[in-house]
Amino acid sequence: MPKPMHETPMLDELEKGPWPSFITGIKRLARRKDMMVDLLGQLEHSYQTRKGYWKGGTVGVIGYGGGVIPRFSEVADAFPESREFHTIRIMPAPGMHYTTEVLRRICDVWEEHGSGLISMHGQSGDLQLQGCATDKVQVVFDALNEMGFDMGGAGPAVRTAMSCVGPARCEHACYDTARAHREVLNVFLDDLHRPALPYKFKFKFSGCPNDCMNALQRADMAVLGIWRDTIRIDQERVREYVAEKGRRHVLDNVVTRCPTGCISLKDDDTLEIRDKDCVRCMHCINVMTRALSPGKERGVTVLLGGKRTLKIGDLFGTVIVPYHRMETDEDFRWLVELAQRIVDFWAENALEHERVGETIERMGLANFLEGIGIEPDPHMLRHPRTSSYVRTDGWDEAARRWYERRDARERAAG
Amino acid sequence: MAQAQPRMPIESGVPDHFQYMHPALRRNYGMWAWHDRPRPGVLHHVSETGEEVWTVRAGTQRQLDVDTVRKLCDIADEFADGHMRFTIRSNVEFTVTDESRVEPLIERLQAEGFPVGGTGPSVSMISHTQGWLHCDIPGTDASGVVKAMMDELYEEFVNERMPNRVKITTSCCQINCGGQGDIAINVQHTRPPRINHDLVADVCERPAVVARCPVAAIRPALVNGKPSLEIDERKCVCCGACYPPCPPMQINDPEHTKLAIWVGGKFSNARSRPSFHKLVAAGIPNNPPRWPEATAIVKRILRAYQQDARDWERIGEWIERIGWPRFFELTGLPFTRYHIDNWRGARASLNASTHLRF
Repeated sequence: MPKPMHETPMLDELEKGPWPSFITGIKRLARRKDMMVDLLGQLEHSYQTRKGYWKGGTVGVIGYGGGVIPRFSEVADAFPESREFHTIRIMPAPGMHYTTEVLRRICDVWEEHGSGLISMHGQSGDLQLQGCATDKVQVVFDALNEMGFDMGGAGPAVRTAMSCVGPARCEHACYDTARAHREVLNVFLDDLHRPALPYKFKFKFSGCPNDCMNALQRADMAVLGIWRDTIRIDQERVREYVAEKGRRHVLDNVVTRCPTGCISLKDDDTLEIRDKDCVRCMHCINVMTRALSPGKERGVTVLLGGKRTLKIGDLFGTVIVPYHRMETDEDFRWLVELAQRIVDFWAENALEHERVGETIERMGLANFLEGIGIEPDPHMLRHPRTSSYVRTDGWDEAARRWYERRDARERAAG
Repeated sequence: MAQAQPRMPIESGVPDHFQYMHPALRRNYGMWAWHDRPRPGVLHHVSETGEEVWTVRAGTQRQLDVDTVRKLCDIADEFADGHMRFTIRSNVEFTVTDESRVEPLIERLQAEGFPVGGTGPSVSMISHTQGWLHCDIPGTDASGVVKAMMDELYEEFVNERMPNRVKITTSCCQINCGGQGDIAINVQHTRPPRINHDLVADVCERPAVVARCPVAAIRPALVNGKPSLEIDERKCVCCGACYPPCPPMQINDPEHTKLAIWVGGKFSNARSRPSFHKLVAAGIPNNPPRWPEATAIVKRILRAYQQDARDWERIGEWIERIGWPRFFELTGLPFTRYHIDNWRGARASLNASTHLRF
């Protein structure tokens, strides 16, 4: 005999309207799960009183220190069936691809042992099974683990990463985002599953500067695809585009929208791009998807330190590697080793609860670069310092090293 | 009797993507040549091999019950060879290799209640956090706010009639898990935490809480003979950072927890550099179940943007062109002393020029 539903006049309002309703879904589950009857009761109580009623605790699986988000109800006397309502974070495949076969198996496990509610996906990129009683956490995890899935990150740990659709379905992808995602994350599994870092560390992988994963603003280490040579132009397609849309359209939407003014529409309705001035912003390529495409010499830009508000305020990731090729096994190994060097240095030097962007802010980028063994480069700045409050005792030595690096680059370029 | 060994996890990490990927995407991995959008909600990609795929994108409620997931599976089995993927904004995507199957798939999705859209210059699904449904520190709900707003913005999801794409985010505390957005609807507390001094000594690691405060407003204190913490309420910025490590410092309040709206966040590098969103409206009541006041302001901003922005301008780029005075004029929102930043780096946001628009 299923538990009778609580009155939920406010939640019922969220069953109206054209957008799919999560309340309707939860009610479907409540018809066969008493836990979801009381979950709806507690949520309605939150709506009535404008307060949350969950508290944390300690729940986990054998062998791991994190990945389960414990939730115990503070109003369990009134809503006992959802007294324990933990979330299990599961790492999906890069690009969040699924077969129906594997999704149905996940649903069956979750229907049998949990609430039946799945968040697809959380802001960190996890598939989140929401609403698990304490004594079911291990059995649910074991079943998913046997299916080939592993626990996601939580707490002061390397977190679950995200990557865009990448080369699976995007012509703009300048590197294999999914491969980089897997190769980097899978060397950090100890730091991911057993939280022991100063604070969270997030990796995100976007295939081009459009940054569909919002890596630059949200990832401690953002890996964005980029090209180093010239934008490829199919002039025949350019002519077709101009013929179809008109010159004014091309001038207003492509030429004058270029942030460095490096594009001209020529008298014969072809485009000229001064690539030395191009900042690889993607705009013209986004507009003329058929006529223009990223260059052939492709790789990644690495930016460090993006995060949201707490504690010192929002920070963008900033460039620490302007370009590195990302094609061979050796290139991917370089990326993995760079990530390891950065996480190690940060873990050794950060204060408790300090994201890497804050560590850089506190010690200064120049000192941080020295710590991870990367030489300074003007691509890392918008402009050099404007404050004269600086000691320049080591200038001659720093200048000598700059010339050495320049000469080495020139020799390598032949 | 020998004790049974517990099962240790298989530390397999991020699973291989190829095993779940649609075969046409697998075949053409890294070989895509170009794409276009035949209609809202549909992407058409062409490979260098000549093979073509159509992607049909539909919105979901993100918090999915297993019946809804199974329904999506049925649709994928019928139209997309048993494969699907999800976007960062909880939209589901089906891959179709036969163009003639696109329209029937759209009809089926619509018949099952899934809006088809979210591509190109549209308002895509609002990215959101956990809220009252599952978070331990939420000032408001997340899924409910998003459901209520997407009901109102439905037509902008299924059409492509914005100047450029609009990414909206919500966050139910000032930690801001929802992230940056063209428009962000975030909790903004307006009263310092109320402290339950009986519990602090037992529940909170006091030095860690003191260290957490961004403005050094918290200090150790002896209250009623018990070790506790006190707040300099003149310094407190009501961010709530002390609440997660110390739940007796309750920041959430049915009246004093408000919503604020921010605009102009942009994460793409296209045209202008990425930018953070900026505060435009605060003091908005946290008003379940449909948050009509917040939705009304969002719609007002969207209408002004839609009418005034040029093609390809994101909201922040549009304001950059027209200037902030005009933004406040067009949206009818009040400009106040609270819009003037006083956090570190604030001087960079002041107008140090005579570039003025009248």
